[in-house]
Amino acid sequence: MVNKATEMKPITASRNQPSGNFIKAVSAVVWKDLRSEFRSRELFSAMLVFSLLIILIFNFALELDIKTRQSVTAGVLWSTFAFAGTLGLNRSMAIEKDRGCLDGLLLAPVDRSAIYFGKVISNLAFMLIVEIIVLPVYSVLYNVNLFQPGLLLVILLGSIGYVAVGTLLAAMSVQTRTRDILLPILLFPVVIPVLLAAVKASSGILTGADFAEILLPINLLIAYDIIFIAVAFMVFDNVVEE
Amino acid sequence: MSRVKRKALRPTHKTMITVKKLVKRFGLKTILRGVDFEVQPGEFVALLGPNGAGKTTFLRILASLSRPSVGEVNIAGYKLPHEAAQVRARLGVVSHLPLLYGDLTAEENLRFYARMYNISKYELRVTEILEMVGLEARRRDLVRTFSRGMQQRLAIGRAVLHDPDVILFDEPYTGLDQDASSMLDDVLKTVAAKGRTVVMTSHDLVRAEDLATRFDILSRGVISASASRKELRKTNLLTFYRQALAG
Repeated sequence: MVNKATEMKPITASRNQPSGNFIKAVSAVVWKDLRSEFRSRELFSAMLVFSLLIILIFNFALELDIKTRQSVTAGVLWSTFAFAGTLGLNRSMAIEKDRGCLDGLLLAPVDRSAIYFGKVISNLAFMLIVEIIVLPVYSVLYNVNLFQPGLLLVILLGSIGYVAVGTLLAAMSVQTRTRDILLPILLFPVVIPVLLAAVKASSGILTGADFAEILLPINLLIAYDIIFIAVAFMVFDNVVEE
Repeated sequence: MSRVKRKALRPTHKTMITVKKLVKRFGLKTILRGVDFEVQPGEFVALLGPNGAGKTTFLRILASLSRPSVGEVNIAGYKLPHEAAQVRARLGVVSHLPLLYGDLTAEENLRFYARMYNISKYELRVTEILEMVGLEARRRDLVRTFSRGMQQRLAIGRAVLHDPDVILFDEPYTGLDQDASSMLDDVLKTVAAKGRTVVMTSHDLVRAEDLATRFDILSRGVISASASRKELRKTNLLTFYRQALAG
């Protein structure tokens, strides 16, 4: 074994300019996160069990008639997604920090925003998978039809905004000793505009409100998504550096 | 088998690493107090010093993981922090943490980093590296099942994957048993023999004396003494180290 180490072979790799590496780096981070999660199922199972527990607790706590159920659905759904999402965001960054892997990522000769976008895409994928499972369970338990294209669009837009700002703040809080406590404290005040717009739009769709009434919160969601992604893109490099 | 297209160094650069009047503060605490440091291409520098001297902080600044408060850092002709991406493409780092994902196999970890470093034909390169560090037989095993020594060998493989000009080792022997340490010695000698510039922090004076061509002592936030292997002929490293700390 020792002899093997001394036989350094000729190198057959070639290296290109760092600038051409952005898409490759984003896809590498996504591939790595999905592959790791597929094996461990740590993050996904925690998020899923937590989500199902929340909607079960609400189901027993709120003994409501069908009409009232429809009016509280948006609030219950987004509370569930927000709390489960925080769990996932925390764990996703903690995995990077605990074995020094965050340093490994930061040492790569790529624009650091590629790391941010990679983490956003994988976190969004985990959140959407959990949501896909939670929605039918919720529909059965509360007897509410959630499979409406408009609602699914709102859930997608809301999740993008939530994950965009959450990934940035998770990268910030993971550097501290109190990361588990710090993330929700930092995240919820910042993400309130996204959650309010998402609840308003979801509620409007479920209660059959006018299109004009639903359009405003949807536009707000799109605007917040763009703003949060742009801000995170600009500051991520400074956030992850000591 | 095609050889690597090595990254061109800046034509203006003469030294591989140049650090001038480097200061690093964390809040009110000053860790580095004006470090001047120079490394020629192909040199193997052992950076020695007591705990808390600032060795890891210094290496993190060289690795572009931390920004200097004051001072100049130049690696392979590229200035930090403005040309950090160019520096990182020429740099490999091994620390006491493996920087590897436990839920990925050895080859998946290397594949991932190969993609991050934009290495083309990386499958072949991954196999070469696994052979180099003696882990070819365990390539499909999850890294979390590896011993500390095996993880450290793979960490070295990860660090040299992109064939860097400069390799930084931060306490690479931490937590390794005798066999794993000997294995690491061999890998370090191989890396040095290939003409790579190496900076290694260590508390192990015996190993440092065996490997390095120059010895710098970092104490109280400055390089308090420096000597080449040739200059140390009349004395030994331990005596030199003690004198440097006492002075």
